[in-house]
Amino acid sequence: MATANTRALDRRELCRAVLADRGDMLVVAGLGAPAWDITAVGDCPENLPLWGGMGAAAMIGLGLSIAQPRRTVLVITGDGEMLMGLGSLATIAVKRPPNLAILVQDNEHYGETGMQETATRYGVDLVAIARGAGFARTMLVTSADQVAPLREAIHAGAGPLFAVAKVDAASLPLVLPPRDGAYLQARMREAVLGPEAHHQL
Amino acid sequence: MQAEQLDKAPDDAATWPDQIYDLLKSHGIRQVALVPDAGHSRLIRRCLADDSMQVVTLTTEEEGIAMLLGAWLGGDKGVLLMQSSGVGNCINMLSLGILHRTPMPMIVTMRGDFGEFNPAQVPMGSATQTVLEAMGTIVRRADRPEDVAPTVNATIRMAFNTFRPTATLIGQRVLGAKTFGKD
Ligand SMILES: Cc1ncc(C[n+]2csc(CCOP(=O)(O)OP(=O)(O)O)c2C)c(N)n1
Ligand SMILES: [Mg+2]
Repeated sequence: MATANTRALDRRELCRAVLADRGDMLVVAGLGAPAWDITAVGDCPENLPLWGGMGAAAMIGLGLSIAQPRRTVLVITGDGEMLMGLGSLATIAVKRPPNLAILVQDNEHYGETGMQETATRYGVDLVAIARGAGFARTMLVTSADQVAPLREAIHAGAGPLFAVAKVDAASLPLVLPPRDGAYLQARMREAVLGPEAHHQL
Repeated sequence: MQAEQLDKAPDDAATWPDQIYDLLKSHGIRQVALVPDAGHSRLIRRCLADDSMQVVTLTTEEEGIAMLLGAWLGGDKGVLLMQSSGVGNCINMLSLGILHRTPMPMIVTMRGDFGEFNPAQVPMGSATQTVLEAMGTIVRRADRPEDVAPTVNATIRMAFNTFRPTATLIGQRVLGAKTFGKD
C-alpha cells in the first residue's frame, strides 16, 4: 500500500482547488477557519462566511439549495461545526437536494478555540454517519490525488454529496471577511437575484 | 386514554388553521420548516398537499432558523412552525436573524400556558415570549380563534417588511387543553 499520499491535506490548498473555476457556485462557510479559508482563496458576493450560528452551515445550505435549484451550493465547514449539527444530515438526506454538497475540513480539533480535540479524533466517523442518514454519495478524501475527483463530484449535481477531507491541524494566518452580516447577506442576494433583491416583497 | 394523544389538535370546526394556510399562500411562502405539533397538524397536512411548497421536517427547531436564512439568501420566503418548547431549541440560532437582518417568521403553538396537563411543558411555555424577545424577536399573541389570522398576517408582514425574526404565539386557550375526563 502506498503511504506517501496519506498525509493530511493543507486546508487552504484544498479550498483553492475545490473553488477553482467555480462558475456560479454559491458557498457557505462554517464559522472560524473555514470562513477564513474561503476568504483567503478570494472574497466575493457568492460567498457567505459565517461569524456565528455554530451548527447552522449545512441547513443554510439546504434552504439555499432549495431556493436556487439550478446553482451548485457548497457548504465548507469544520468537524466541530458539523458535529454540532449532526441532525441536519438526517434532514438533508431525507430532502435530497440534488445541488447541495457538504465538505467537512476535518482537522480532528476545535481549531478556533485553541485546538482542543473533537470526537473525530477518537474515531467518530462522519462519513459513516452521513451514509447512515441516507446520503448515497459520500467521499473520504485523505490524499492530494483525491482532490480533483472531489471537485468533480461537487460540481456534478447528482444528488446531495457529503465529503470529509482530513486536513492538517495547523493554525494558519487569519484572513478575515467583512464582519457585517447584513452586508454579507445583501451582497449574495444581489448576486443571485440582481438589484431586485433589495425590493423583494 | 390509550388511543388518545396528549397534545390537542384543532377542532374540525376551527377555521384558523386553514386561514394560516391561505396567508402562507398569499404571502408567497415557499419553504415551510417544522417540527410537528398537534396544534399545527391540519396546517401541516395542507402544506404537505401543496406541490408548490417545500416542506422540511427538522430534527430540531434550530435547523429551521438556519434554513430560513438559506432560503432568503436564495430569494425564497420561508416560515417556521413549532410548539413553544421548540423555541428553547432556537435561542443561539436566532443570532443569525439579527446579525444578517433576515426575515424569520415563526408560528408557535403554545403549551404550558392555559390549563396544561403535562408538567414538562410549563417551564419553557412560561419562558417562550421572554426568550424570543431577549433574542430580538417581535412577538405577538393570539388568544382567541378570530385573532389568529390577523396576528399571523402581521407577523409575516413585519418579518419581510422590516427584516427580522418575528413570532405569533397561538395561545393554548385557542386549542384547549386535554383534561382526560377530569373536568
Ligand atoms: C454555540 C457555540 N459554541 C461554541 C462556540 C465556540 N467556537 C467557535 S469556533 C469553534 C470550533 C470550531 O471547530 P471546527 O468547526 O472544527 O473548525 P476548525 O477551526 O477546527 O477548522 C468553537 C467551539 C461558538 N462560537 N458557538
Ligand atoms: Mg476542526
